[in-house]
Amino acid sequence: MTNEMIKPHHKEPLIHIVKRDDMVWWKAWLIRIATIIVAVFAVGGISMLLTGNDFSQTYETFYRGVLGRLDEGNTTMLWQYLQDVAILLCLALALTPAFKMRFWNCGAEGQALMGGLAAMICMRELGELPYWAQIIIIVVTSILAGALWGFIPAIFKAFFNTNETLFTLMMNYIAIQLVAYYVVVGSNGNTVLPTSSSGNLPIIAENEYLLNVLVVAVLSVIAFFYLKYSKHGYEISVVGESQNTARYIGINVKKVIIRTMLISGAVCGIAGMLLVAGTDHSINTNTIEGQGFTAIMISWLGQFNPFIMMLMTAVVIFVGNGFGKVTERSNLDKSFADIATGIVILCVVGCEFFIHYSIKFRSSKKEAKK
Amino acid sequence: MIIAFFCRAVLLGVPLLYGSTGEIVTEKSGHLNLGIPGIMYVGAISGVCGSFIYEHLCNNDIANMNPFLAVLIPFFCSVLGSVFMGLLYSFFTVTLRVNQNVTGLAITTFGIGIGNFFGASIAKLVESEITSVTLSKTSSFFCAKLPFADKLGWFGKLFLSFDFMTYLAIAIAIAASIVLNRTRVGLNLRAVGENPATADAAGINVIRYKYLATCIGSAIAGLGGLQYVMAYADGVWSNNAFGDRGWMAIALVIFALWKPSVAILGSFLFGALCNAPTFVKGLGTDAMKLFEMLPYVVTIIVLVFTSMRKKREHQPPESLGLNYFREDR
Repeated sequence: MTNEMIKPHHKEPLIHIVKRDDMVWWKAWLIRIATIIVAVFAVGGISMLLTGNDFSQTYETFYRGVLGRLDEGNTTMLWQYLQDVAILLCLALALTPAFKMRFWNCGAEGQALMGGLAAMICMRELGELPYWAQIIIIVVTSILAGALWGFIPAIFKAFFNTNETLFTLMMNYIAIQLVAYYVVVGSNGNTVLPTSSSGNLPIIAENEYLLNVLVVAVLSVIAFFYLKYSKHGYEISVVGESQNTARYIGINVKKVIIRTMLISGAVCGIAGMLLVAGTDHSINTNTIEGQGFTAIMISWLGQFNPFIMMLMTAVVIFVGNGFGKVTERSNLDKSFADIATGIVILCVVGCEFFIHYSIKFRSSKKEAKK
Repeated sequence: MIIAFFCRAVLLGVPLLYGSTGEIVTEKSGHLNLGIPGIMYVGAISGVCGSFIYEHLCNNDIANMNPFLAVLIPFFCSVLGSVFMGLLYSFFTVTLRVNQNVTGLAITTFGIGIGNFFGASIAKLVESEITSVTLSKTSSFFCAKLPFADKLGWFGKLFLSFDFMTYLAIAIAIAASIVLNRTRVGLNLRAVGENPATADAAGINVIRYKYLATCIGSAIAGLGGLQYVMAYADGVWSNNAFGDRGWMAIALVIFALWKPSVAILGSFLFGALCNAPTFVKGLGTDAMKLFEMLPYVVTIIVLVFTSMRKKREHQPPESLGLNYFREDR
């Protein structure tokens, strides 16, 4: 009774959130990996509820759906998986410098499509030129086309501070319409563009995906050093932290924004070119399959580090493709892949909270005082 | 001809109006919800699921269906589904303080996944060969019009020929405009979006306002999805048919300068732009594809112009996109 009266009128809140000092890296990683595992099993549980399959069936399909029959020496599925990872990673690598600069480039889809479109036009028009000239022109034009699509929002951001999120988003749809237009024109009123036999990128070791995987692997290493050890990388991170600081130490912020977006668009262009000239040999409005948006999340999940991004891409694609196959095999729609991807990404970004903040309860705090 | 064009423009604009009103309410609390496209899919598919179940309970016979239940059940399901998504978004951004853009995009991926998965799965349940669900009976209740509208000539066509969800959208937008600008709740909400720390110091419950604004905004946006399926598409759900309307709704927010009343006109203008290619005579399929760029190009032009003029009352909420943590310095 007396205790109640002593209590102040306004109670201290029950829970209290405090920012944590930096957590030891292995603890943070333990939390992240545990979250991924829990998320994968949670999604598995949902898919079991929906399909009525049992545990072993579900995960058998899940694993086989991505990697196929590796035990029998069949590596086709594995290479397709690596190709998916390579393209998504390439887009995420492209976005990372922009994000590090706090420039929300949501236009990877459009930039990659423009790169692919440029490659496709060159492939169809330059059939008579010698092979090496074709390849050089295709590479250069697709890089330029992607860079142009990044450059347009960048100048407006740099000079007028135009909202880049929406600008880049709208540029996606303009690119999609341009591709749709080219498909109609190029196929004489049809809806599908025939595959081109000229101007295809070389095939290494009789494996059509190997070149793409190698290019992206090299790009990740370059991106790592560019962001971490080059002067450009330093300028990008200062502009991202605070534009005022950047101005104060004499960085030309406008120049950095435009240069970084040129690079971002160019790498997206490369991704589009790898898809069109490397594997698809044709283009349609759905060539990028919405991976431009997934790449944004990958870049964030990977904390702007190309090697962590590699890991996250591998996980996200595995989960998406795997669960897509699980539901498809049971006669349900394969867009369960998107649900699975969404849940896993939300769980992983959510767990960062427990890495950066700690929760303190009222009672435990008082006991500690005694 | 002109009247028909106008009616189509309004019909195309209404889902955008719902989406952008919802997004404006959310953005006023300082949260840039890029999950709206996904939430609109969820709103649509929840309504579809609700009415699918109700139609089956009535043995697919229109005589057994109660018109009020036929409308209320999908409506309620739609609100429920989109509020759930709104809660998810606000839990991650308000409570867990995850980056808003990343959360929003994840919600969009998740929501579009839910829409397509359940849509196609229901279609497989009824064993239709194409992946679409047809709910023409429920749709007929949604499209019910005033009986005397046809008799009033052009006036009736222009103003009275729409389904009730169209009028509801305009009513919601006007109501949102009044609440935001003329009431204490609206003032508090704007304070939270401009400067949450000051609002907090003034005794406003910042977290409650952020949660409520996001959830109410999501519910409004979700109704846009429902209106699209039931009134525009005559009750036919097919995968990805809703398309990129969610993104256009978000663009419309900037076009409307964060004012729901301007969004009403803006959405009809966008509807007209989307509709323009089909009304221009003698276009080939190729030129049509180029014409379809129009709404996006116009959005970009508006975006650039508003950023160039830099008028103070035309700017986004000050703390838009930034999460609030009371103990931050």
